[in-house]
Amino acid sequence: MIRLVLVIVIVIVFGAARLPLERNLLAQDRQLHLRGTQLDLSLREQIGQLGFVAALSGFRSIIADIVFIQAHVAWERTEWGRVFLLFRQATTLQPRAILFWDMAAWHMAWNASVAAMNDQTLPLAARLKKQREYFAIGKDFLERGIKNNPDKPQLYEALARLYKDKYNDHEHASEYFAKAAAQPGAPSYDKRFSAYELSYCDGREREAYERLRQLYDAGEKERLPTLLRRLKFLEDKIDIPQDQRIPKS
Amino acid sequence: MITRVIAIASNTLTDLIRQKVFYFVLIFALILIGSSAFMARFSFQQEFQILKDVSLGTMSIFTSLLAILATARLLPQDIEDRTAYTILAKPVPRFEYLIGKLFGVLALLALSTLIMSALFCVVLYAREQTVMHETMRQMAAAPNEQLNDALRVVRESALKIDIFAVIVLIFLKACLLAALTLFVTTFATTNIFTVVVMVFVYFIGHLQETAREYWLQQQGAGWLTQMFLALVALIFPDLQAFNLVDAVVAGTAIPLALFFKTAAMGFFYTIVYTLLAIVVFYGKEL
Repeated sequence: MIRLVLVIVIVIVFGAARLPLERNLLAQDRQLHLRGTQLDLSLREQIGQLGFVAALSGFRSIIADIVFIQAHVAWERTEWGRVFLLFRQATTLQPRAILFWDMAAWHMAWNASVAAMNDQTLPLAARLKKQREYFAIGKDFLERGIKNNPDKPQLYEALARLYKDKYNDHEHASEYFAKAAAQPGAPSYDKRFSAYELSYCDGREREAYERLRQLYDAGEKERLPTLLRRLKFLEDKIDIPQDQRIPKS
Repeated sequence: MITRVIAIASNTLTDLIRQKVFYFVLIFALILIGSSAFMARFSFQQEFQILKDVSLGTMSIFTSLLAILATARLLPQDIEDRTAYTILAKPVPRFEYLIGKLFGVLALLALSTLIMSALFCVVLYAREQTVMHETMRQMAAAPNEQLNDALRVVRESALKIDIFAVIVLIFLKACLLAALTLFVTTFATTNIFTVVVMVFVYFIGHLQETAREYWLQQQGAGWLTQMFLALVALIFPDLQAFNLVDAVVAGTAIPLALFFKTAAMGFFYTIVYTLLAIVVFYGKEL
């Protein structure tokens, strides 16, 4: 009996002693996005009972991979509704996987939107509406991806591309390329792309010119054909004095 | 004392290695890790991510399974074979016997983790090399700078030092489970009982974090709920703390301080559960 009481006391005391340590560890993990996913009822509804149990037992990323493969199969069969649902599940289960957000947005904004426009069974107005909806879904995936991974340049880049290619919105494209360039490990072209996009924005030519010129002055490495072309275009547009213009190649 | 503990541990290890269950679990795990390279052929980032997820997930489940199954049969088997009586009749204190048994299991876990990690590294390295060659072939005409950038991305997506930290945490989680199983076997009457209890502990352990946070943050819940949550938080270990695989595979780096804190927590759990097992085992009538 005494032994039983002793064991219970040790368990409770040990439990109480480790509580602050465990909470501290959890806080640190969350700060570093190491334990971010909240397992709640909405996730349970999305991934089904078995998946939820597996996710609870520490196999969240494997379930996310399986769901991702299912989404890939659904894409091959062009089942767009299913692709959307499966990607929603995969990104909920593994919100730190950049790839899932990127692929989800790409499938929605590029593939599903094109498929919607090619659907000859619908009138043009309905096709256009559907296309815009898929753009919006793609954009939503990327925005949520950025919220979950604010330090990764890839998703800012993907959102910039979406604004550029799908919305023809160069101002936002430039803004997101600039945000991508500001992240650690961003490729050097992000800064250039941001300036290119800005050069298409009416009323911001001077700013674009200054940024392109700055890149040009940075050295031979930055003097790529597009940069030279956009710089010359802006020199003409904002009427830069001849002696300040870049030499003709 | 150390000699006696080592002797018991090495005998336990030899005995466990002779068991078919060890080979069955290990071979099954190795097949899964090996086949993870063929599971999906997408872009190389996706491929590496799936390969790492599947391999590390397999290592996690099989080391946990091995820890529970191998430890659950230690004491009942020794008592059934009367080996325990023979050993304890000699001048071997019960705690030495128990620690020796646990060390035997931990050595088995270390061995299986090493084998699985070695295969995982080989598979990942082989895939990395294939992707590197493919990239070099595809980008043969590209400028050197672009090629180097592409190769750097491939290397960064493959093997990272953080993966080894995760493997250590997987091992520590298995050690914790082994110590906890040993504690349960000291009062359990059958093997099945221990395994069933440990399966429940495994699931509840992964939910402990949720229960603990709810208990400490939601003051509005009824007293019965509060008490239940408090019991879960105080009795069960937080197994979710050792599950950093998801984040590491996604590319998040584990700071060294955090790794050591989590590892220290694993040691701490293992020691306390072993002490509990010793306390109960001293009172057991043999």
